[in-house]
Amino acid sequence: MSYKRKIPWKKYASSTSFYALAARLVPIFMVAAILLSIAGLYTGFILAPIDYQQGNSYRIMFIHVPAAWMSMFIYLLLAAYSIISLVWKVKLADIMAYSLAPTGAMFAFVALLTGALWGRPTWGAYWVWDARLTSELLLLFLYLGYMGLYSAIPDRQRASRAASFLAVVGVVNVPIIYFSVIWWNTLHQGSTITLTGSPTMTGDMLLALLLMALACWAYTIAVSLRRAQAVILERKRLALWASQMSKR
Amino acid sequence: MDLKEFFAMGGHGFYIWWSYGVAMLLMVGEAVFVARRYKKSKQALAQMELEFLCANSTKVTNGQGIK
Repeated sequence: MSYKRKIPWKKYASSTSFYALAARLVPIFMVAAILLSIAGLYTGFILAPIDYQQGNSYRIMFIHVPAAWMSMFIYLLLAAYSIISLVWKVKLADIMAYSLAPTGAMFAFVALLTGALWGRPTWGAYWVWDARLTSELLLLFLYLGYMGLYSAIPDRQRASRAASFLAVVGVVNVPIIYFSVIWWNTLHQGSTITLTGSPTMTGDMLLALLLMALACWAYTIAVSLRRAQAVILERKRLALWASQMSKR
Repeated sequence: MDLKEFFAMGGHGFYIWWSYGVAMLLMVGEAVFVARRYKKSKQALAQMELEFLCANSTKVTNGQGIK
């Protein structure tokens, strides 16, 4: 059983070393996010040509698609951290889940809003009750449910458990969003980029999309780590207060 | 390409600029909000540590300095 001790899991999962690591990573990823989004917007608006079918409105894709991807990826992370927090009671996993949720909700909202603004000139409607759109709306509600549940229960451990359960159960929605354009006949177009097969767009469009996606990733890492740092400090303050009160 | 034409985006300017405008506002807003929360929690912890340090060293602990 001694092999288990070789990897210092405790060290990586401790909030002190995590805090120090986050402090170093946040500025790097924030600068990366700014530079990548400038490069992405330049490529998307200046270099990429006009689309022969949709005209210029397709340029909404460069924010819409990365936001939608992020909203799904972040939910998967949220669910994974929630499982770790539920099963192994790793406090840091709970802090990361809590810190990712608002950013995920923000991206889900951006995906829905930019989708509506893209749908109007393309389909003639801001909103339709289509499988892709409806399941993405449900994703936003799951994020809001997680955040609401977490803050509605005063006891933190119970709040964390309840919210984590919701996050884990809700993960079933992610493949539904992803495959909705295949499973159902939807108004929403299918993926232009798939793991197999070549993408059906020009090089500059693809480059802009990838740059914007990377920018959103860097942004998510920077913001969620910073939020996690703040949460660590807030909890440390509470613990300090509690220990001082018990001394009297 | 002149600027007016660029912003018109062939009649799709309204949709495009609202999309990017709101997305940018939300992202910058969230980043600022989080940075503020971090700064505040850092200050609050430092202040509490200082207060407890003073309270413990001077033995004047009749709730002074602690809210």
